[in-house]
Amino acid sequence: MAKGRRRRAWNLLAAALPRLGALVTVGLLAFVAGYVLWRGLPGLSWALLTQEESVLHGQVGIAPCILNTVYVIAVSLAAALPLGVGAAVYLTEYAPRRRLAAAVEFAAETLSGLPSILYAMVGSILFCTVLGLQKSLLAGSLTLAIMTLPTVIRATQESLKTVPRSYREGALGLGAGKWRTVRTVVLPSSVRGIAAGCILAAGRVVGESAVLLYTAGLSTAMQDFSSLSGLVKASGSTLTVALYVYAKERSDFTTAFAVATVLLFLTVLLNLTAGAVGRRR
Amino acid sequence: MQKRFLPVLMLCLLLTGCGGREPPAGLQGTVSTDGSTSMADVMAVLQEAFREKCPGVTVNYSGTGSGAGVEAALSGACDIGLTSRELRPEEAAQGAAAHLIALDAVAVVVNPCRPLEDLSLERLAGIFTGRITTWDQLGCGEGPIAVYGREAGSGTRTAFEDLAGVADRCAYTNIYGSTGDVVGSVASNPNAIGYASLASAGEDVRTVKIGSVPCTEDTVRSGDYPLRRPFLMVTRRDARLGEAASAFLDFARSGEAAGYLSLAGAIAP
Amino acid sequence: MGVLLAACALAAVVFLLLIALYLILAGLPAIRKAGLGEFLLGTVWDSTNAEAPRFGILPMLLTSLWGAAGAVVLGVPVGFFTAVYLAKAAPRPLARVLRPAVSLLAGIPSVVYGLVGMCALVPALRAALDLPAGDSLLAAVIVLAVMILPSVIDLTTTALEAVPREYEEGSLALGATEAETWLRVSAPAARSGIAAAVVLGVGRALGEAMAILMVAGNVPNMPGLLRSVRFLTTGIAIEMNYASPGSLQRQALFSIGLVLFVFILLVNLLLNRTLKGRKGA
Repeated sequence: MAKGRRRRAWNLLAAALPRLGALVTVGLLAFVAGYVLWRGLPGLSWALLTQEESVLHGQVGIAPCILNTVYVIAVSLAAALPLGVGAAVYLTEYAPRRRLAAAVEFAAETLSGLPSILYAMVGSILFCTVLGLQKSLLAGSLTLAIMTLPTVIRATQESLKTVPRSYREGALGLGAGKWRTVRTVVLPSSVRGIAAGCILAAGRVVGESAVLLYTAGLSTAMQDFSSLSGLVKASGSTLTVALYVYAKERSDFTTAFAVATVLLFLTVLLNLTAGAVGRRR
Repeated sequence: MQKRFLPVLMLCLLLTGCGGREPPAGLQGTVSTDGSTSMADVMAVLQEAFREKCPGVTVNYSGTGSGAGVEAALSGACDIGLTSRELRPEEAAQGAAAHLIALDAVAVVVNPCRPLEDLSLERLAGIFTGRITTWDQLGCGEGPIAVYGREAGSGTRTAFEDLAGVADRCAYTNIYGSTGDVVGSVASNPNAIGYASLASAGEDVRTVKIGSVPCTEDTVRSGDYPLRRPFLMVTRRDARLGEAASAFLDFARSGEAAGYLSLAGAIAP
Repeated sequence: MGVLLAACALAAVVFLLLIALYLILAGLPAIRKAGLGEFLLGTVWDSTNAEAPRFGILPMLLTSLWGAAGAVVLGVPVGFFTAVYLAKAAPRPLARVLRPAVSLLAGIPSVVYGLVGMCALVPALRAALDLPAGDSLLAAVIVLAVMILPSVIDLTTTALEAVPREYEEGSLALGATEAETWLRVSAPAARSGIAAAVVLGVGRALGEAMAILMVAGNVPNMPGLLRSVRFLTTGIAIEMNYASPGSLQRQALFSIGLVLFVFILLVNLLLNRTLKGRKGA
């Protein structure tokens, strides 16, 4: 029967395509990771990671960039966390009015889909010019805080939803008020999920380059983190921005690939940590 | 090579004394500089040299382009603006003051494997306006010509197009965001020709003579090489510069700094 | 306390409104000066011409459209079939290793993809297709497709795994083969998740700037597969640092930003309606 033959042919194809797809995917992603490691590992050294660069002494180092990355992660999370957790608590715990909740969720979803170049533009005007922060890591971190807000909100919401109703009912039954219930029962139970969300947000921050390029500057010199004014005025490149600078502006591909390798390891680390933190019950 | 000269150079400079007053070693602060990407190497050297004099001062550099550098200086967004072209009349009218710290040339570069030695200004214009499209029209092997340039607003592009007489008529194959980018891209594409600051054109690319004049320190200083432009630090005429910033500016203009310029490939004025 | 938390929730809405408002305010002047028709349909972008600057964004608009479409056409099928493999066809131990590996790669910074594209893909294209330079729309489409793969796979796999086993068992019991079950029963049942993956892929492709900046050539030509092109995002990125504040050029860049913003909103709305709307209640 022709139908049987056609069906067999169709099935052959249909069974082969998933395997083919997987092969292509794995091949491509293995190529990307492999190529980065192949060109980056030779340039990687303890000296590179702990020194700053010096033209006069002919050395290359990305320690300032690593510190800048830490700064940006810390500050953007510090800004996004209270707002994000607060928003999520409100959305899940306080029986919000339908329209307000819908508006907030729409806003969060839209914010998370906006191109980073738009954040870069608006952030550079809002934080660098209007608020007078000039090009600084602080301005960049605040812009990134807005960008990662949706991630924190969503992760916290998911985490809050997994807290059993019985916990809340038990606390209310014992006479605790709404906020006290949230503060002492619900939040502590969802800390792991929130932490996992933070790590995910940190991953987004680490991977972001466009925003920082236009709000935090390109300097690869060591910044002064020892004083408050130094912290506010510090301006420099994080690891991703440094990668861009080394590859495009300096054509120093050895260092660029070394930075890419560091970023690869960092991504793996953050992902594994987020998974481990989120999984343990 | 340069590492061996450096201690000797520093010794000579110390012995002969440097022009300008010495900045106090205990100076503190941050100096923000913004502007031309062609001045990146010069700034890197000056930053470090100044740091050794005044460890408490951090000098930051952002390569945002000559136009943006002047604007940033005028609006107060940065302390010192950097441009790799002369100030425009309207910029000077708005209160910009320029301080010459080095001379630079716009070098025309090709891939090292391309046997091109010399180009007349006319042929150069022909290539960049798209009249000449393949390398065998120039007798330098085969392949299509890939014309690399800078984005609109770049000081190097403005300087090149004005000096070569091709303003607003260039037909680019690719556009890049910085002078280092052009150099790196030309170095990796045998079909490419581009222009970049002489300071950035290193050994990875071949620098072409223009009208049989090579692009060297002497021809640039004498003016024989046609495509030359100034490296300027720009400040606001009517505003007072902070202590750290003015110390850095004085240092950059001093004879001592001139010694460091060659490390960066720029030419002392 | 509830009020404070509500304020946190409103923050997301406020930020979105701020961004939208700023883009509109900053973007309208140039559109008004150049004329909406000339802006959207003009084919020449010559922003720094001293006498007669022209601000036609049609080349960039079309490039963004074609680029995103190309990335989706390449990436979604490969991603879909890979997801089918991971969710259904793969041996369980292999899937347990591959799934996290793929989702991990979703976190790699875009500049890393740009770097690999710049150093491996572009020279390869130049050599293989005998071009003056390999930077082209094709290079950008390939890089974008690889970039959206992990997210598409992740979402689709989750959606496929969520299909109730009864559906599949029923189908098998009726005599369908495994491949037929996957493609004719599970996939349609997971429609909304797959649609979400497509929307995400399109959003990411439209919004990407840094990776494309490194491989597309950045000349505002009308889109051609092998020509150097400029997207809406890279159009902003490449001139933003150079445009003097207050100049018409700077205003025009904000206009591009406004167009991009509206574009993304429209595409999201359209896709959400057509793809997700077909799902039953």
